[in-house]
Amino acid sequence: MPNTIHIPTPLRPFTEKKESVEVTGATVGELLADLTKKYEGLRRHLYADDGRLRNFVNIYLNDEDIRYLEKEKTPVKPGDSLSIVPSVAGGAPTTTADPRVPAAGSNDLNAEEIKRYSRHLIMPEVGVDGQKKLKAGSVLCIGTGGLGSPAAMYLAAAGVGRIGIVDFDVVDFSNLQRQLLHGTSSVGRSKLDSAKDRLRDLNPHIEIDTYETTVSSDNALDLFKPYDVILDGTDNFPTRYLVNDACVLAGKPNAYGSIFRFEGQASVFATKDGPCYRCLYPEPPPPGLVPSCAEGGVLGVLPGIIGVIQATEAIKLILGIGDPLIGRFLIYDALKMRFRELKLRKDPDCPVCGSHPTVTKLIDYEQFCGIRPEPAAAQATGASVSEWETTSVDLKKRIDAGDDVFILDVREPNEYQICRIPGSVLIPLGELPRRYAELPKDKDIVAHCKMGGRSAKAQEFLQSVGFKRVKNLRGGILDWIDKVDPSQPKY
Amino acid sequence: MGLRINAEVDSAIRAHGAETYPDECCGALIGRDGIVTDTLALPNTTEDGPRRRFKVRPQDYRAAEGRAGQLGAELLGFYHSHPDHPAKPSQTDLDYAWPFFSYVIVSVLEGVSGDMTSWRLREDRSAFDQENLES
Repeated sequence: MPNTIHIPTPLRPFTEKKESVEVTGATVGELLADLTKKYEGLRRHLYADDGRLRNFVNIYLNDEDIRYLEKEKTPVKPGDSLSIVPSVAGGAPTTTADPRVPAAGSNDLNAEEIKRYSRHLIMPEVGVDGQKKLKAGSVLCIGTGGLGSPAAMYLAAAGVGRIGIVDFDVVDFSNLQRQLLHGTSSVGRSKLDSAKDRLRDLNPHIEIDTYETTVSSDNALDLFKPYDVILDGTDNFPTRYLVNDACVLAGKPNAYGSIFRFEGQASVFATKDGPCYRCLYPEPPPPGLVPSCAEGGVLGVLPGIIGVIQATEAIKLILGIGDPLIGRFLIYDALKMRFRELKLRKDPDCPVCGSHPTVTKLIDYEQFCGIRPEPAAAQATGASVSEWETTSVDLKKRIDAGDDVFILDVREPNEYQICRIPGSVLIPLGELPRRYAELPKDKDIVAHCKMGGRSAKAQEFLQSVGFKRVKNLRGGILDWIDKVDPSQPKY
Repeated sequence: MGLRINAEVDSAIRAHGAETYPDECCGALIGRDGIVTDTLALPNTTEDGPRRRFKVRPQDYRAAEGRAGQLGAELLGFYHSHPDHPAKPSQTDLDYAWPFFSYVIVSVLEGVSGDMTSWRLREDRSAFDQENLES
């Protein structure tokens, strides 16, 4: 038994002027299909190119909008009638003023933006409303390095209206293998300037805030305040705990990512009911145990994957769609090309987000992570070299004077291939526990690595097994190259 | 093709545009054979800021069609105002346009109505064509 469809005035010319048409089918979608089969001219006005009903076409089953039923899958009974009801809308052209300065309070999209975001706009999960949410949304990227680069670029391209970037570094050749915000021509420039130019070129319709500073306990809460989502692209534990705690205290979700060698991790922390980083790791690892990317290396494409996952989560949080990585810890292994997922629970005893928090304001995170003052800082203030340390200049003097110093290089063989101190012996840190017998107990030993972190571990270890005459080369081989042998390449 | 409006319709549209300035107004055009005999002012229900947008809800659309039926006439189209902007259709107007309707736009500059134009959607939805507006 056929059902009737009521045709609105502007579509009647397509239906031989009929106000209603009889069609057959079991669902709303089938009735509409039957209608457009009979009157082909209707199709263009009812459906967009992707086959979805246009958003200004409303279909009512009897008196109910099918959006609140089962949409086009809504079943129909005999006697039901369908109505096509137009939404009539429009408006004046949006302002022709500089799109970089959006009119106060207006998140309307201008014609240029509509074109730019068309692939978003045609998806019902984003659409015009979602794109406006993105335009009204804001993300603060901590760092514009490996993770911050792809994240900020995709956030900018996607039309997130306000992107803050925090960095204090200068672009170095060793960044270019993975930090795609910065190009060869930017080496030596501030990362913020380089990032701003690139993001501005990607999308002139957004606001970019730059903060040339390190995130600290003094400024974190103020920095975070204007943003909806914080994207943690940092590479060290003190900042990671600082960002986590500040996110919890400020009530901002943390789109978290970290990378090392071939493995990456991502999650969303510090949402209202979700766990935070401290629920997972209440305490930082002992200093030096987990090497940084500068020491351990990282596959250049890895931060591309993890940074884009962080950006995806930030965008989903702003749009309020999908299942965010809340309470889930994603681990990606690039060598195996495998994703694993761990369940995370909010820890009721968490010192920051638990029911009785003991951390209620930001603390000294360097101290919390057991990190001693940086050697460079100590040098700058003229502090003396500790008894367990030596400097490149002193080492060179001793070598030149013919002293019999045993130089122990605890880096990896591939690092040794890049540059080395003449006469040094290579025993990678990881092999030291079973190879320390190869070392002389009757000589002064100077241990070094790239920057001084791993060799400090080596020095501690060797002392613990009875070597009394071991010193750590402060600043590692990089300092040696700077001060003694600039002919060797730095990495 | 063209659209004819009488002096009463002309002043009703202008008055509505001035009344809602600086927001946009909207309403239905009712008549027969290209001659508008009545207007029906409708609420602007846009959620995107009425300074730059208008929206007629489905129930108001149905009311307009019902009103036309009562008068033994047809719904010929809709009018809306462009506060402080020329009487030319915007991309949004085009995106939401229906075929065969006349879209009358009145420009309202600093509260005073100015140009009034009428437009129709091209069959392939690619653009509007201006139609003659006689009053």
